[in-house]
Amino acid sequence: MLMLEKRPQPSKIWTLAAPLLAVVLTMICGGLLFAALGKAPIETIRTIFFDPLFSEFAWFYRPQLLIKGAPLALIAIGLSFGFRAGIWNIGAEGQYIVGAICGAAVGLAFYPTESFLIFPLMVIAGVLGGTLWALIPGILKVKFDTNEILVSLMLVYVAEQLLASMALGALRNPDGMGFPGSRNLAKYDSASSWISENAGMHWGVVAAMIAVIFAYVTLSRHQFGFNVRLAGQSPRAARFAGVNPKLLVLVCMGISGGLAGAAGLFEVAGPAGQISIDFNVGYGFTAIIVAFLGRLHPIGILLAAGLMALTYIGGEIAQSNLGLPGAAIQLMQGMLLFFLLMVDVLTNYRLRFRQETTV
Amino acid sequence: MTQPLLALSGLTKAYPGVVANKDVSFNILPGEVHALLGENGAGKSTLVKTIYGLVKPDSGTMLLNGAPFTPAEPRAARASGVAMVFQHFSLFDAMNVAENIALGMENPPPQREIAAQVRAVSDQYGLPLDPTRIVGELSAGERQRVEIIRCLLQDPKLLIMDEPTSVLTPQEVDILFKTLLKLSAEGTAILYISHKLEEIRALCENATVLRLGEVVGTCDPRTTSARDMAELMVGTALHVPERAARPAGDTILALKGLSAKAPHQFGTALRDITIDVQKGEVLGIGGVAGNGQDELVAALSGEMRTEAGMVNFGGESISHLGPNQRRKIGLLAAPEERMGHAAAPDMSLVENAVLTATTRKEFANKGFLNWRKARTFADDVITAFDVRTPGSNNAARSLSGGNLQKFVIGREIMQDPDVLVVNQPTWGVDASAAAAIRQALLDLAAKGAAVICISQDLDELMEISDRFAALNEGRLSDPRPAQGLSVEEIGLMLGGAHDMEVSHVDA
Repeated sequence: MLMLEKRPQPSKIWTLAAPLLAVVLTMICGGLLFAALGKAPIETIRTIFFDPLFSEFAWFYRPQLLIKGAPLALIAIGLSFGFRAGIWNIGAEGQYIVGAICGAAVGLAFYPTESFLIFPLMVIAGVLGGTLWALIPGILKVKFDTNEILVSLMLVYVAEQLLASMALGALRNPDGMGFPGSRNLAKYDSASSWISENAGMHWGVVAAMIAVIFAYVTLSRHQFGFNVRLAGQSPRAARFAGVNPKLLVLVCMGISGGLAGAAGLFEVAGPAGQISIDFNVGYGFTAIIVAFLGRLHPIGILLAAGLMALTYIGGEIAQSNLGLPGAAIQLMQGMLLFFLLMVDVLTNYRLRFRQETTV
Repeated sequence: MTQPLLALSGLTKAYPGVVANKDVSFNILPGEVHALLGENGAGKSTLVKTIYGLVKPDSGTMLLNGAPFTPAEPRAARASGVAMVFQHFSLFDAMNVAENIALGMENPPPQREIAAQVRAVSDQYGLPLDPTRIVGELSAGERQRVEIIRCLLQDPKLLIMDEPTSVLTPQEVDILFKTLLKLSAEGTAILYISHKLEEIRALCENATVLRLGEVVGTCDPRTTSARDMAELMVGTALHVPERAARPAGDTILALKGLSAKAPHQFGTALRDITIDVQKGEVLGIGGVAGNGQDELVAALSGEMRTEAGMVNFGGESISHLGPNQRRKIGLLAAPEERMGHAAAPDMSLVENAVLTATTRKEFANKGFLNWRKARTFADDVITAFDVRTPGSNNAARSLSGGNLQKFVIGREIMQDPDVLVVNQPTWGVDASAAAAIRQALLDLAAKGAAVICISQDLDELMEISDRFAALNEGRLSDPRPAQGLSVEEIGLMLGGAHDMEVSHVDA
């Protein structure tokens, strides 16, 4: 009989090995799935996981990795604080949208003035927008004990409506001949977040790297990071240690909202270029997977963001080159999270084979 | 010679890194009250879990009434007539007594029938219990009765009791003992685990002593002195805490009409608590669990804020201060629940040192933690309080209860508090560790600090307190000098037995 036995303390080896094993299991089961769809499994897996990095067209795909990975990492870092403290902000997608709207609005307000001050102002506006949007569920939780999962999630749909209204109304390009969508910020020098478009480098990539380092130092060395970890593990011990749980909710919601807002701003001022009805593509939701895949650890999140970006790009290649349905790619991404959670059990438990007792 | 009810021979159980039981053999006779003695970590729990089917031994055999007995799970053990009352109750606060009892049954009969059975059994054994009451409203003694009656309904041949008296008033203990003796007279054997040696001397006919997993001796507790048994258990001469006579100091902590609403549904409101605590004294606060102990600690530690003027430190109101501000001025606390309150189970001991000692030990510089300093402090606590662990990097949950308690108390004492509040400082801690903790509290008081010791262990309070007060339904009695208080007086201060009656023992 198979038994689970609790370990006296979490296994260090499995903390590292679990994500790797989850990736391997995903490749195996994904391969079976693709085989069932009538595709060559090994070729498909190779296309998804290796072609973006090592094929002859990798020069084209590698910058894409940065472009897709940066917002994922940035948002996931923000989310990881709250998730560690047991505060569940599911609405990063909405905060991402609102950050983009606020930042873009500031940039567009200055058009066509050129000044090096404009972009920093946009960043501040984007961060503030995301923060305030995230503080709505935060304040409601603190004041009225509402469920932040539901409120933050519902605010995503509000944000989407707000986005549509902006694209069609206040922020619509006056020279756009009535088409929805704002001016292209990427083509407005003072407002563009590009550093080098050919290399896929924009300020969002830089911000993501800074966020990773900042989060790493905060979580491992700073009292605030300690409080966050403590509150997530033992809320009662955290209160005993003098942590104010309400303040912690607000700060964690604020951090995750601020970083999601920043990610939105960098996206709208660079890769996306403009506020449009379909500006958001689900980074805010995928970042939740990235945060857990990276074990809520900054370095892990960085790697996980890279991996998710890889499956996105590889998935697109597989769709166009091999005719794989898009849903199959999403299924595989879901599998990744599923396997991670499954294998995660081994960090705290060990498997034991036990013989049935014979009487 | 009668055939033993349960014969254990050569039971061995090893866990990675530790042998919990090594070649344990002894017999339990039908109808006897058999004591199982040993320090924490001596292997008592593993042994009774083996008998109850929770643990499968690596080798060795058990014979129940002469037939091989290998329970694969507690259900099988119960079916064979072995029942167990655990130290920590497994009851649901929001359900009533009969519902709770039904939850533990294989095929529960209708509620009405259970209620009738509960009434019958409780009447027969003098354990009055209303089957329709909500468990959340019951006292600890009553909850224990629920557990006992749950076992008795199975008509067991062997009843295992794990430290049953730690939450009872002296009067309640008396009644429990009468019940147990009646059961024993009717032929039910009782395996009684306790570290309170006087109790074992009053109740048990036979004792088996475990040390480090091995049987180190058996004795007849009625003729062996408590001190001899303790030394058998510990393996060395037992250290009895000494106290130095000390002059009364100035008042450092003053509670004035401290009242607070119950923080949650099953909490207790604090009502008009007024007391002055002097430097250099140990104030013992007794009381049955659930009479406001947790709330009083929270009001003192700063986890619960109260109205201005209710809690005063050195003449100034500190009612509005949070835990860390109170630590800064020298008021420290160690709550009862180690896992998840006083310590974070999944964090290392170093991180658990940071949990409360950052303010006074200055681990943080502009918010950045100095882990090396914290590690040194954790290592110091481990050395000074003889905490047995491979190292300060181990998770708190990997320590045994007694060792973690030593760490928690040591962590506070080594911060040199002016006032230290401890709740149940030796709960579940073995005799030698308990003695060490009590000595440390006395030493702290001798250095001029005030110690408030909240405990349900009256022997402990009598041993270390200068003054004694009782907490009953959120009210604190007037303190009285501890010396010369009789057990009966204390029992009355605690509110006596909570609606209990003496068992109708037939002659």
